[in-house]
Amino acid sequence: MKTNENRRGNETIVSLPPYIKSAIELKNITKRFGHVVANSDVNLKVNPGTIHGIVGENGAGKSTLMNILFGLYKPDSGMIYLNDQAVDVNSPEKSIALGIGMVHQHFMLVPTFTVLENVMLGNEGSMFLKSGEEFVLNRLKGLSKNYGLDVDFEAIISDIPVGMQQRVEILKALNRGAKILILDEPTGVLTPQETIGLFDILRSLREQGVTIILITHKLKEIMSITDTVSVMRGGKVVADFSTEKTSPEELAENMVGRKVLLSIKKPSLKLGKKVLEVKNVSHESKDGVNVLKDISFDLKEGEILGIAGVAGNGQSELLDILSGIETLQRGQITVNDKTIVPSQEWNSKKAREFGVAHVPEDRQKRGLVLPFYNYENSILGYHRNEEYSSGFLMDKRKILNFVDDLVKNFDVRPRSSSISSGKLSGGNQQKLVLAREIESNPKILLVGQPTRGVDIGAIERIYEDLMKLKSKGTAILLVSVELDEIMSLSDRIVVMNQGTIVGETNSSDATELDLGKMMSGLEQV
Amino acid sequence: MSDSNIIPKWLSVGVIPLINLFLAFCVSGLFIFFIGENPLKAISVMIKGAFYYPGAIGYTLYYTTNFIFTGLAVALAFHARLFNIGGEGQAYVGGLGVGLVCLIFDQHVVSFLVTILAILGSVIFGAIWGIIPGYLQAKRGSHIVITTIMFNFIAAALMVYLLVNVIIEPGQMSPETRDFASGVGLVQIHILAKYLGLDMAMSPLNLSFIVALTVSVGFWFLVWRTKFGYEVRSLGHSETAAIYAGIKVSSTIIIVMAISGGLAGLVAINELLGVHNKLLLGFTAGYGFTGIAVALMGRNHPFGIFLASLLFGALYQGGTELDFEFSSITREMVLLIQGLIILFSGALAYMLNPLVERVYLKYYGNYSNA
Ligand SMILES: Nc1ncnc2c1ncn2[C@@H]1O[C@H](COP(=O)(O)OP(=O)(O)O)[C@@H](O)[C@H]1O
Ligand SMILES: [Mg+2]
Repeated sequence: MKTNENRRGNETIVSLPPYIKSAIELKNITKRFGHVVANSDVNLKVNPGTIHGIVGENGAGKSTLMNILFGLYKPDSGMIYLNDQAVDVNSPEKSIALGIGMVHQHFMLVPTFTVLENVMLGNEGSMFLKSGEEFVLNRLKGLSKNYGLDVDFEAIISDIPVGMQQRVEILKALNRGAKILILDEPTGVLTPQETIGLFDILRSLREQGVTIILITHKLKEIMSITDTVSVMRGGKVVADFSTEKTSPEELAENMVGRKVLLSIKKPSLKLGKKVLEVKNVSHESKDGVNVLKDISFDLKEGEILGIAGVAGNGQSELLDILSGIETLQRGQITVNDKTIVPSQEWNSKKAREFGVAHVPEDRQKRGLVLPFYNYENSILGYHRNEEYSSGFLMDKRKILNFVDDLVKNFDVRPRSSSISSGKLSGGNQQKLVLAREIESNPKILLVGQPTRGVDIGAIERIYEDLMKLKSKGTAILLVSVELDEIMSLSDRIVVMNQGTIVGETNSSDATELDLGKMMSGLEQV
Repeated sequence: MSDSNIIPKWLSVGVIPLINLFLAFCVSGLFIFFIGENPLKAISVMIKGAFYYPGAIGYTLYYTTNFIFTGLAVALAFHARLFNIGGEGQAYVGGLGVGLVCLIFDQHVVSFLVTILAILGSVIFGAIWGIIPGYLQAKRGSHIVITTIMFNFIAAALMVYLLVNVIIEPGQMSPETRDFASGVGLVQIHILAKYLGLDMAMSPLNLSFIVALTVSVGFWFLVWRTKFGYEVRSLGHSETAAIYAGIKVSSTIIIVMAISGGLAGLVAINELLGVHNKLLLGFTAGYGFTGIAVALMGRNHPFGIFLASLLFGALYQGGTELDFEFSSITREMVLLIQGLIILFSGALAYMLNPLVERVYLKYYGNYSNA
């Protein structure tokens, strides 16, 4: 055991004999969940010491494939080879022993433990923590110097930012001797700067011979860091490319199965009168944290105002207040010349009456009642309207007529009024919510994370619909953690950090780097 | 406890409950076999006792009536994801409503009107007993399961106090009120039949059964056809979505608990206006609790609840017959069988789903990745 430990400790530079052709090879992997074929006859080959990207829309089967490689799922059929040797990866313990490490989409850290304690978890060494601790600490220091993985080992996990937590996950894997690192959508939670930092780390890992599989749905990232890339669609690998020889357009086309437009045509039009004015709004959360501090901005007809920021910097609370889900504590909101102050009644019902529609950030918890049929969800929040009811009764026929048009006009699939919304894909759920809110003819549309977990085909459609709405003169407030999205859709961008607005720019002047700096709170503009 | 989305509905709500029921009967049969009786004979006695002997159907439907009321009460609350365990207490206090109306008015007002008022009384008193836990849940966050259980005890204590000390018929030993004036009450079906020239065996079945059926239809309408029902179901499936939709959560909870309590209160019209003709101790006899199993089995749908109520009604009535016919089968044995049925079709309702899923997929599954 001792020798093994030592080897792992010091010799992190992996040098494989040159005759090894592939670090990982998956052959004919098939995995079913009931009716769903999550992976169908998948073949994948990754050369040692390279970064291999896997792209694919939601539900394409990427995570399933990686979970199979990591031993979390057992494939129905197929073989796994590591360094040309057939292996039986039947549990995560086994795969760790074989040198595979995985950083999951959702971190698996104990929030109240320190970094060191988390890294040691499941790997404590002896019965007495202290001796193991020193041993691990020394090794970690070596690792973190080697790969530029700067972390404060004494810090409590819940106190450090997400980007740091991710480094801890990577350290955890390396500490246990990982020579193959799987990262499942690692950049979803990071700021642009943190992403750059992560990629630096990945590059230095690659230099030292670690083989990396990177899952992402951001084509730009694939282009910037991977050596080779596989595209998955409908449980199959539909294409393999050398990254140099492909383009984002080609990747997108393979992901969706048809040509897609990645750029947006923004209609140029004159902005109308001011429809929303937010003045000095502050908000204290239930735990007494000041989540919003003195927020002021306004919004005109036909304008799209983007709110950029790392998730959790007050954007959600702002949406909640404007849409009436949260009460207004301090400051005032003027909607269509009607002013609301804290003492006045303000709730979702009222907000709708004022012409404020809301596509919530979490469509599954808020935007939809998942077990409801599409026709029931198509009127959620508007079910009191005369159009769908007579007296205290609902008029099912009118609702059905309405929803039939809705799913047709907004291309919600399947085009059925009587399917539970929970059975729709993320993209179609989002189209349904957006359709409902747009059909209410709002003066103001609040949109939170419109494309989170939405496939490329649907994103294209959602952007088109937002642009159409803009052309009709609706004011749109767009909150998103995707900078690309904010930059290409908005007319004007404000950046939020720790509950305050730290900067504002016209989208034509904005650069990703500037916005990124503001988002991380480094720079006030 | 979600329905599988793999197997079709006719299997999950039609076939699986029947298999569950069959299993419950098989296990019951084993017990009966072990105490030295013939299970098949026992079954036939039960079925005859519930449906065949003169008046049997009447008795069965009379029990069914109680279960419909309490089953609907539990089901409505459940549509708002509230677990109303307090049907027993709400029914009991509903009885107080009936009793008070009758005792106060029956000497002065025409019987027909008193009966109507008494029905209203049962609903209103039951509703109040639901509103209080509802209010505590909505505004104070006290868990409805705990408060409704406590309110069952409070109801029992209150009724003992009132019946022993306050509204007991003077000069009498057992804790009961005096009889309501003749003419007050809901007429029994066999008497009605006689007016119509039909000859029916005597049974306690009364007009409450018709009320129960009407209320069932009303329940369906309320839950699936009105704005209020829509809001209740939204709230039940997702409180966050309900808030997003501008639904007032606390008032919805309180109204749901009011209606739920009112439904449970209606047990009193079957028992007091239909049968006993007075208010007496312990007339609820556990119907409120059985209502939980009924709602569970009936999948919170009035038609399912009707079928489940009929089953439990038959069990009650057939069980009595079983107790009668076999010296070795006691009342407790009958309770055991009921318990098994609740176990298999309630607590273990989804036990068979994986198995059925596998069998279904084997024969009907297609693995196309559509
Ligand atoms: N544990 C599971 N049980 C049932 N179905 C699953 C499970 N995990 C994944 N799936 C299904 O398998 C398909 C592929 O999912 P996943 O591998 O998570 O896709 P991706 O990571 O590419 O978004 C989806 O249709 C998903 O619903
Ligand atoms: Mg995934």
